[in-house]
Amino acid sequence: MELIAATRVAKAQTRANEARPYAARITGVIEDLAKGGASASHPLLEAPEQVRKIAYVVISGDRGLAGPYNSTVIRAAEREIMDNQSKGVDYSLILIGKKARDYFRFRNYTIDAFYEGITDTPDYDSAREVAEYVSEQFIDGDIDQVILVFTEFVSIGTQKLAVRQFLPLESVTTIAAAGGGGELTAEFEFEPSADGVLESLLPRYVESRLFSALLDSSASEHANRQRAMKAATDNAEELITKLGRQLSSARQAAITTEIMEIVGGAEALGGDDDDKNATIQQILQTSTTSI
Amino acid sequence: MSIHVEFVSPERIIFEAEAKEIIVRTTDGEIGFLPGHVPFVGVLAVAEARIYDADGSTVHSFAVHRGFVEIANNHCTILSDVAESANDIDRARAEVAERRATEALAADKENADAANALRRAQVRLEVAKKAS
Repeated sequence: MELIAATRVAKAQTRANEARPYAARITGVIEDLAKGGASASHPLLEAPEQVRKIAYVVISGDRGLAGPYNSTVIRAAEREIMDNQSKGVDYSLILIGKKARDYFRFRNYTIDAFYEGITDTPDYDSAREVAEYVSEQFIDGDIDQVILVFTEFVSIGTQKLAVRQFLPLESVTTIAAAGGGGELTAEFEFEPSADGVLESLLPRYVESRLFSALLDSSASEHANRQRAMKAATDNAEELITKLGRQLSSARQAAITTEIMEIVGGAEALGGDDDDKNATIQQILQTSTTSI
Repeated sequence: MSIHVEFVSPERIIFEAEAKEIIVRTTDGEIGFLPGHVPFVGVLAVAEARIYDADGSTVHSFAVHRGFVEIANNHCTILSDVAESANDIDRARAEVAERRATEALAADKENADAANALRRAQVRLEVAKKAS
């Protein structure tokens, strides 16, 4: 399982890297729009005056045996929920992965949406499905804020828990600034218009952010599983050596006892010394070969 | 002078080339880019995108279903969820999809999903015809 997880990490990492250009380019287009003076009004950008209900998108795995991977995200999410509940803010749970569902269902939380089977190798369509559901709820005003709880893949040795605000999005200019600027170009032309482009672009941006969170989580899950399985293999090897030694000493003790019994038995039979020695030799030979 | 063009889907970079001309269709209509085009950002419609190689040898044809086109400094990026090259298109499947969408549309003229599906299937078939 360690080896399987190891190949999966490599695959998940390549996928995460391959997805990066799209995310970078989409941020690039938002930069252009900010320069081109797109107005900053879009339902996905608007923060409600009062936050009454926060939705948590929790990305966990479908399977266990991945060390602390699942419990870390789940506990972080539960802590957030409790903190905000004490401030009188309601919660809504959008769970990805069976492990999170099992945990929250057992504790009688209300689960509003649940997705499974996408964390192993996330595809863009499932990211879109989740993003559409969340955006819809947000635009309708059912939820006032969306927080994403997932695991960030830093390197094969380090994965970090990440709790990020997902919606409302930061303003267009903030997104553009995070993109790092870029060289100055002449004025852009937009078709149909800067606002028109922005309108169809923002949902894609939301999807792509969720998609990269999914890919990061997936790579982290496999890395965690590889580590957990490596620890398990090491432990098992240690156990095998220890038990092997125990077995040998038990076997040796049994043989010694048996020889003692044979010698004792032969002595009790009496007879000439030479005769006795010959019988003992014979018996010993047969018994040692059988052992 | 040529334009560096990249087709980027959320999952990977699909295609990259040096082109002398790119023709796509935005929501406002068809538009062609030649080297030195002013910076431009547009929303793509469901249509065919054509890329003329810099050496004039080949024309790459893609079926693009929604996305964006950005061009600046002779660097063109086409962001799209689905972009299929002529050789990748399964013609039989597209034909079935076209038939199904036509039937659905005949039953319910307001069915926007069916209308979209029909348009996608038609674009696919149109592009598939150019497969080498």
